[in-house]
Amino acid sequence: MSSAAFVIIAILTLAAALAAATLQKLMHATLSFALALVGVAALFFLLGAEFVGLVLIFVYIGAVAVLIVFTILLTRRDAGKDRSLNWSGALLAIAVFGGLTWAILKTQSVAIAAPHVRAVTVKRIGEALMSGYVWPLECVGLLLTAALIGALVLVMEEKR
Amino acid sequence: MINESIDGFLHPNVRNSADQIFVNGKQWLLSWLTAAPGWVAQIVSSLINIFALLAVFLTLFALMSVLERKILGRMQNRYGPNRVGPFGLLQPVADGIKMLIKEDIVPARADKIVHFVAPVLIAAVAILALGVIPFGRNMTPFTIDGGILFFFAVGSATELAVFMAGWASNNKFSMLGAMRAIAQMFSYELPLIITVLPVVMVVGSLTPDRIVAAQGEYTLGVVPRWFVFTPWGAAAFILFFVSGLVESNRTPFDVPEGESEIVAGHMTEYSGFKYATFFMAEYLGMFAVSGLAVTLFLGGWHAPARVLELIPSYVWFFAKLSALLFVYIWLRGTLPRARIDQMMNLAWKFMLPMAFACIIAAAVWHYAGRGLRGWLWSLFVIALVYTALSILLDTRRKFAPRVYRFAE
Repeated sequence: MSSAAFVIIAILTLAAALAAATLQKLMHATLSFALALVGVAALFFLLGAEFVGLVLIFVYIGAVAVLIVFTILLTRRDAGKDRSLNWSGALLAIAVFGGLTWAILKTQSVAIAAPHVRAVTVKRIGEALMSGYVWPLECVGLLLTAALIGALVLVMEEKR
Repeated sequence: MINESIDGFLHPNVRNSADQIFVNGKQWLLSWLTAAPGWVAQIVSSLINIFALLAVFLTLFALMSVLERKILGRMQNRYGPNRVGPFGLLQPVADGIKMLIKEDIVPARADKIVHFVAPVLIAAVAILALGVIPFGRNMTPFTIDGGILFFFAVGSATELAVFMAGWASNNKFSMLGAMRAIAQMFSYELPLIITVLPVVMVVGSLTPDRIVAAQGEYTLGVVPRWFVFTPWGAAAFILFFVSGLVESNRTPFDVPEGESEIVAGHMTEYSGFKYATFFMAEYLGMFAVSGLAVTLFLGGWHAPARVLELIPSYVWFFAKLSALLFVYIWLRGTLPRARIDQMMNLAWKFMLPMAFACIIAAAVWHYAGRGLRGWLWSLFVIALVYTALSILLDTRRKFAPRVYRFAE
């Protein structure tokens, strides 16, 4: 059952990713990209990593996809117009794909059977974040606060 | 799934009472499938849950649409719908038929596919969000470890759906309306989520069933230990409720729709059943947010006193839900709408700091022993922040000529 689900989700994800890369309208491509991310989140669900899947949906669908959409709307006048094939982008994609494939084939760790781990619950993630990874967490928090304040400063009205 | 008890133990008296009648009914239905392979039973079990969820909430939507008009009519000193059926109760049927046979107009320059997908997505999202809420003892349609997170993760797709509706319509009013709606939803999503955090911290779990279970005790057998009865819980509940009002575009925060400025916002170019779908999604979203408020702060399906536990748990849940929905209608009949800049000021300058104060107050409550001392200390924290904010945000300026600012 889970392998059948995997095949269905994988096909959907790949189709959406392909659509994102090839569709003529930029807005369609963005929406397909969001769909592909939903597929990836579903794969995480299938692996039992519910938290990661949920955060993926939360961050990428709820924030990043909307951000991309707004960026397209605010910066391009031809948001609805056609776009032509981007050869440099295609080359880059092929290069990344080739590199990743090479790395995956080269590595030994795929052959090693994964050790049996306990299901990762939200509680355990929280404990790990608050004990072992507290410094990285604080740094990320500081960075995000700085980004927030920076954004506010950028859009603040200039007092005359 | 639905038959798993959160504490793993059910008293036989409870198991056979009216409380578990729906759970037992589902078991009985599934008992016909003992010969079938496991995955068939699993799928049928999910389908039963989905069917029950849709049946209950679409009925509630129909009821709510007529009751809202009746109550609003009452508040405005008129009758409201009273022609179709007894007391006008068949009005939603008439409305539904009208919506179904109306012409479905799609603008010629609209993006056909996205225009079609947007109402579907927005309704699907609202229904998914309803799925994680415990409606009664052992009655959670979809049990998941991070149920609260699921609720918000799924809900965050609403913004994309609204945007799709606005953009695909190829209409200025739609686009502007969608922008407004998204700005509003984004701003209030922050207080909405942050006010959930104190509850999650105190319970130590993101699972709605555990949050309900944590509120199941009674002080002296009479006063329930719902989080709304602690100072931080009361403050968080009010903030959550107001944010929920905004998220479901209800008065006084219904600016995405405005006949005099942007027609019907992102729904301008929708007609017939697609418009009805948007309407339905709005109400389902309202049920979902109210249901989560009941789960988080009002003790979920627990009875308000130990003696009243005789009445089945789902009755209590829906009683609380109806009470909240009545407040929604009441506010709609009472308050004028807010301007968009007033709303943004409220969100960022008042609600957000108050939401953070709730987190601190909850922590104080926890470390002061969760008793009377903690209660008083957390009240002190909430009152302190509230007073400070009211002094800082006091905008009672002197009268001056009104200054208009335009986009440059």
